[in-house]
Amino acid sequence: MINYLFNPAHWSGADGIPTLIGEHLLYSLIALAVAAIIAVPLGIYIGVTGKGVFMIAGLANALRALPSVGLLILLVLLISPAFPSKMGYILPSLIVLVLLAVPPILTNTYAGVRAVDAAAVDAAKGMGFRTMKILTDIQLPCSLPLMLSGVRSALLQIISTATIAAYISLGGLGRLLIDGKAQNDYSQMVAGAVLVALLALFFDQLLAFITRRVVSPGLTRRTVKAAAPTAATDTVKTPVAA
Amino acid sequence: MNFEWLGRQSDNIVFLLGWHVLLAVTPLILGLLIALPLGWWAHRSRRIYPLLVGVAGLLYTVPSLALFVLLPLVLGTKILDPLNIVAALTIYTVALLVRVVADALDSVPEDTVQAAKAMGYRGYQSLVKVELPVGVPVISAGLRVAAVSNVSLVSVAALLGIPQLGSLFTQGFQLRFFTPIIAGIILCVVLAMILDGLIILLNRWLTPWTPKVVAS
Amino acid sequence: MIKFENVTKAYPDGTVAVDGLNLEAPTGKLTILVGPSGCGKTTSLRMINRLIEPTSGTIYLDDQPTSGMDAALLRRRIGYVIQHAGLFPHRTIIDNVATMPVLLGESRQKARMKALELMERVGLPASFAKRYPWQLSGGQQQRVGVARALASDPAFMLMDEPFSAVDPVVRAQLQEEFLRLQREIGKTIIMVTHDIDEALKLGDQVAVMRVGGKLAQMATPSELLTSPADEFVADFVGRDRGYRSLGFTNSAGTVTVSEEAVVTIGASAAEAQSKATGAWVLVVDGGRKPLGWAQADLIKGELKREHLNLSGTSASSSGTMRQLLDAALSSPSRRGVVVNEHGELIGTVTATDVVKAIEAEPHLETAR
Repeated sequence: MINYLFNPAHWSGADGIPTLIGEHLLYSLIALAVAAIIAVPLGIYIGVTGKGVFMIAGLANALRALPSVGLLILLVLLISPAFPSKMGYILPSLIVLVLLAVPPILTNTYAGVRAVDAAAVDAAKGMGFRTMKILTDIQLPCSLPLMLSGVRSALLQIISTATIAAYISLGGLGRLLIDGKAQNDYSQMVAGAVLVALLALFFDQLLAFITRRVVSPGLTRRTVKAAAPTAATDTVKTPVAA
Repeated sequence: MNFEWLGRQSDNIVFLLGWHVLLAVTPLILGLLIALPLGWWAHRSRRIYPLLVGVAGLLYTVPSLALFVLLPLVLGTKILDPLNIVAALTIYTVALLVRVVADALDSVPEDTVQAAKAMGYRGYQSLVKVELPVGVPVISAGLRVAAVSNVSLVSVAALLGIPQLGSLFTQGFQLRFFTPIIAGIILCVVLAMILDGLIILLNRWLTPWTPKVVAS
Repeated sequence: MIKFENVTKAYPDGTVAVDGLNLEAPTGKLTILVGPSGCGKTTSLRMINRLIEPTSGTIYLDDQPTSGMDAALLRRRIGYVIQHAGLFPHRTIIDNVATMPVLLGESRQKARMKALELMERVGLPASFAKRYPWQLSGGQQQRVGVARALASDPAFMLMDEPFSAVDPVVRAQLQEEFLRLQREIGKTIIMVTHDIDEALKLGDQVAVMRVGGKLAQMATPSELLTSPADEFVADFVGRDRGYRSLGFTNSAGTVTVSEEAVVTIGASAAEAQSKATGAWVLVVDGGRKPLGWAQADLIKGELKREHLNLSGTSASSSGTMRQLLDAALSSPSRRGVVVNEHGELIGTVTATDVVKAIEAEPHLETAR
């Protein structure tokens, strides 16, 4: 593994480690952005209006039960004939990544908005805040800690699933694992595993850092205590399925 | 769906299903047995809590495929050994449940613990007869999450060639054949739902005092 | 002035929360809505700033009907204080207080200056400015809530059970301070409470509401105590209303105050014994401020602080009959200490003196 990682030949070219990391990041961030664009507004809407709450729990559980490998392969077989080029496997991979990332962001955004102190919202309304201002000034900043923890689990989920998507030819660090397996090159596999783990760890810590920076210190202590009971059911970090 | 193929393959599918159940359920039970004392420890010691929860969080970030590949280095097993899968999923289960168990015990009202003490329960009696039962709903909620995701995670092992329902996916991919893929997905989902339902029943049986509403 | 004219709130399911309410809260006065739960008092309050829309009838703010106004702009003219304060958890105390000025378009810096002033006014140290709500006790949070409502200097204030979420000691303190504050600022306030004692203590006038959202009686606290309109109000005001009404009866000039011989700390046992009436002698400091009673025959050598019995209360000569009676009843010598506005001793009264004065004037003038 050490030899593999320190061999300069592996650090350049179209299948070099930097390229693989770049691909891995590119797919992951695109999927995360799309998932967030879908899940955050939807979560806010459901949290504020209380409409479609039944959907949240059902959707999250159902998607968690779906095996991501199966889903990935099914979509590739369905979609790839329509796209002759690389899109044939990139698109299904992205769809699966988005599908897996939506539930944690959605449920946590919803739970975050629900957990905002009703008295604070009532006070804001009574002081003459308009609906949009209550949303931007009170509800969003107060639900940020839970929302970001959803984004954090979603990103881990994505990085992990992007790794297995190498099986259906997607680029990224998963290539080292899958190709290593095909070539019986265990050191290459271990190198890939270590790099993927480090990448996940790095982004997990980065998001933890961002969370500390953008979340008001007035909330952090309170959410640690107040959100504990719901955390076990709604906001638990979903295991990195895949 | 090619039902004729399914009929011919039924023995093989049952074999894969058996392995899948074994690989998903064993870590669940092992994980719970390990997480209970660890969670209790974290609950009792404010210094240990951040340490255990922190380590659990770090283990959680390791993607499953990577963990499957790295464990042989630690365990000295072969890459194709199903033990790697059991160990990896046990690690995830423990990582999830340590925090859940600690929070569940934290959530037991102080009044309840004091009342138990006042009635003469010893420390371990209070834990086994009062605190753990009161914490059961929270722990089983965590266990449900672990169970459902374990079922999904096991199928990843197919990429390394370890037989279970995930093998149907790789087989279908190589043959460009939908039937095994769809069968595998359905079996995985059904298995996940059955495990989920069993834990709900177990929770209800262990906590007869709670209203009969299924927490989702 | 806030005026309700035939205001009714009925829900689609048929429940009538407020039924034909007519009520006027005069400018600069504190009007209290009180009643058992389900009497529609909170609904009435929330209809004023249109957090709830009335089904029929009109509410006027200084003779303008509120129904035609933009709801948000209407609310910005009215200070709003609620039970659990409802502070914004993600903002510091100073920014919580500065909320309204910022909303109304002032610069953040100016708004913060104003907020600091208000914090001082409600008794919060400036060192709290940078703290967050969770770092404050319930009582402190409630002060922030009041300061926040005052920050835009609104002419009107609505307060929904503002003091009921804190413990009794803190509540009494907050009530006292709030009375003092209201004497300075003279806002037109409507406050909701379920606590009749709070209503009688704070209100310039009190509206008692009954279940079903009807007004039972609107009167000053002493009128409620002395002439409740019906059995419901009498019951609600309480069984000891006769005694409590003494709390609204001015004692000035009606009770004969007797002179009392006094000693100071350090007096000899002999002096104490010669000054004592019965077993007890009153001890004062150099400025004739009462310190407590001492039992003369227990003093050996000279009078020390540990000889003092501190159980008695003292009444101000301009205070109420209730304070005077309490001073007499709580004193170990059975002689109640009466002081002037500077806290200096005037003399003592006995319970008999107070009762005589009460009996002599069956139609006592009310203190307010």
